[in-house]
Amino acid sequence: MPGILVFCETKDGKLKKVSREALSIGRKLAEKTGGDLAAVVVGSQAASLAADAGHYGAKKLYAVESAALDSYTTGQTTAAVKQAVDDFKPSVLLMGGTSNGRDLAPRLAARLGVGVASDVDQLDWTDGKLRARRSIYSGKVFGRVEISGTPAIATTRPNAFSAEVVAGGGAADVVKVSFTPVEVKSKLLETKTPEAGELTIAEADIIVSGGRGLKEAQNFSYIRDLAHAIGGAVGASRATVDAGWIDHQHQVGQTGRVVSPNVYIAAGISGAIQHLAGMSSSKHIIAINKDPEAPIFRVADLGVVGDLFTILPALTEEVKKAKAH
Amino acid sequence: MNSVVCISQVPDTESRIKIAADGKHIDEAGLKFIVSPYDEFALEEAIRLKEGKGGDVTVVTFGPDRSAQALRECLARGATKAMHIKGDSVDADSLGVARVLAAAIRTLPHDIVFFGKQGVGTDNGLVGPMVAELLDVPQVNVVTHLEVGDGKLTAHREIEGAEEIVECSLPAVITAQKGLNEPRYASLKGIMAAKKIPIDTRSVADLGLTDSDVFHQRVTFVGLETPAEKSGGRKIDGADPSAAAQEIIKYIREEAKAL
Ligand SMILES: Cc1cc2nc3c(=O)[nH]c(=O)nc-3n(C[C@H](O)[C@H](O)[C@H](O)COP(=O)(O)OP(=O)(O)OC[C@H]3O[C@@H](n4cnc5c(N)ncnc54)[C@H](O)[C@@H]3O)c2cc1C
Ligand SMILES: Nc1ncnc2c1ncn2[C@@H]1O[C@H](COP(=O)(O)O)[C@@H](O)[C@H]1O
Repeated sequence: MPGILVFCETKDGKLKKVSREALSIGRKLAEKTGGDLAAVVVGSQAASLAADAGHYGAKKLYAVESAALDSYTTGQTTAAVKQAVDDFKPSVLLMGGTSNGRDLAPRLAARLGVGVASDVDQLDWTDGKLRARRSIYSGKVFGRVEISGTPAIATTRPNAFSAEVVAGGGAADVVKVSFTPVEVKSKLLETKTPEAGELTIAEADIIVSGGRGLKEAQNFSYIRDLAHAIGGAVGASRATVDAGWIDHQHQVGQTGRVVSPNVYIAAGISGAIQHLAGMSSSKHIIAINKDPEAPIFRVADLGVVGDLFTILPALTEEVKKAKAH
Repeated sequence: MNSVVCISQVPDTESRIKIAADGKHIDEAGLKFIVSPYDEFALEEAIRLKEGKGGDVTVVTFGPDRSAQALRECLARGATKAMHIKGDSVDADSLGVARVLAAAIRTLPHDIVFFGKQGVGTDNGLVGPMVAELLDVPQVNVVTHLEVGDGKLTAHREIEGAEEIVECSLPAVITAQKGLNEPRYASLKGIMAAKKIPIDTRSVADLGLTDSDVFHQRVTFVGLETPAEKSGGRKIDGADPSAAAQEIIKYIREEAKAL
């Protein structure tokens, strides 16, 4: 039976959103292959995710329970997921295109001698093969790829697939994977979280981004205020990052992050090709720019020609009012 | 301290990309090729290590004839050796490329093997970790800061909304992220000196690999397509900020179904 296995990551004891998205597209693939959908979770609390994984359609949860897997290291997690693959023998292995997913997928693929498609935004099963769509050359081209080998591996672009709860989806059956930690050559010394509590652009549903039109570092407060009111993350153009106004973590674009939120608001951003590469696949794009000829308007669904210093505060007020109702 | 830097040659990021007649490749005619931008951070870091601790910086690429130019540019910036494995790398998938590079690296002294976090254009981000696996060495990906000590390194790795500090033994694979350093330009002296350095040119067979090791594709492009040109949506005048704000809210509510 050509089963689908999804490597799921957790945050605060719950499945990450991108893992739920991967499970949901995995479930659709499983309907086509006629196989089972299973999740693999690693770490000492792995089995506690059975209900969460079940909600998103997983029939089984491969739990690799070991304290050695509580923080991510390439060597340990690769060995653990490889063990689950050997046990379940899936046709397809999916994982969210997170930092760890993108660290793990190629390492595991080389161990298994199979192929990977990175950061895919569509997936399908046709003629017994996994097919995927990827955006390449800064979004100037879509490539359709066929992934052969067993399992065929893909990492999913955050927000590209919707996470769908399955009606009546009970908890997944827990299958314990026997695992002996391997000797690894690297260790995690420290995790630094600079802006605790701030949403990250990678998985946010709404992103408010600022560009050089903000004029100076302190004016990022206009962006932060709106982001905070609307419940979104703060993004930035490279020009503002290079100027030192904001940390690189926030940069959207070719040399920053590629994002595809539901709503992307660009204020004071001209829309250079390298910026568009990072955000043009957003579902709803709103641009605020005082130059009616700014290239950002070519990709904007709603373009507002005007001064961000008057429009952003008005918008923040309106959002607060709307939320109060 | 010896480093190997794997570099790929990619179309200039400003290029207009045209799909070739077969519908599966891009049309290379008239394209300007550059060293992939992330590979520049990788190269710069290796050169700085050499300047601090001595040793060689060998740049390696697997690609067609045109890739020799990319190696020349790296030599001009300060790499000390270059190896060109000639072949149609576009017809190999990432694991095929990784096998070629791993075979080449095994013949070279290496304490650290540097890559870009991804090749700009195809944006796979696969080759570095695949090579690390084939060489059985640890990897740290998306690195923004690096310190190299005795037999080990400490690297800062960018993750979602945070940074991890990872220590690992040498030899190791590092994939470079923007922010790692500020790459230098080639000096005239460097350009002249680079001309005297021979490029070690090899074939896939010279490395003991068969075509089926390299060109058996596990990931194949079945078709390329140009995204539907966005026509640009509605444009409104923002002279009245509160009216504009109300329009935006209406749009977010009704179209995006958010708020
Ligand atoms: C290899 C390479 C990689 C790159 N990668 C990236 C990347 O990842 N991300 C990225 O963003 N860029 C990237 N760039 C840079 C990119 O080319 C642009 O330089 C950059 O995006 C410009 O940033 P900006 O839009 O903030 O600034 P500008 O282009 O200066 O635009 C500022 C805009 O603000 C508007 N404005 C000014 N005042 C106001 C006001 N009061 N109200 C409203 N609007 C106002 C102006 O009309 C203008 O359109 C890259 C470039 C290269 C060469
Ligand atoms: N053909 C190649 N020759 C040498 N290095 C390469 C080649 N392809 C990819 N690389 C290296 O691997 C990195 C990641 O590439 P990719 O996995 O294609 O995104 C690049 O930044 C280069 O450092």
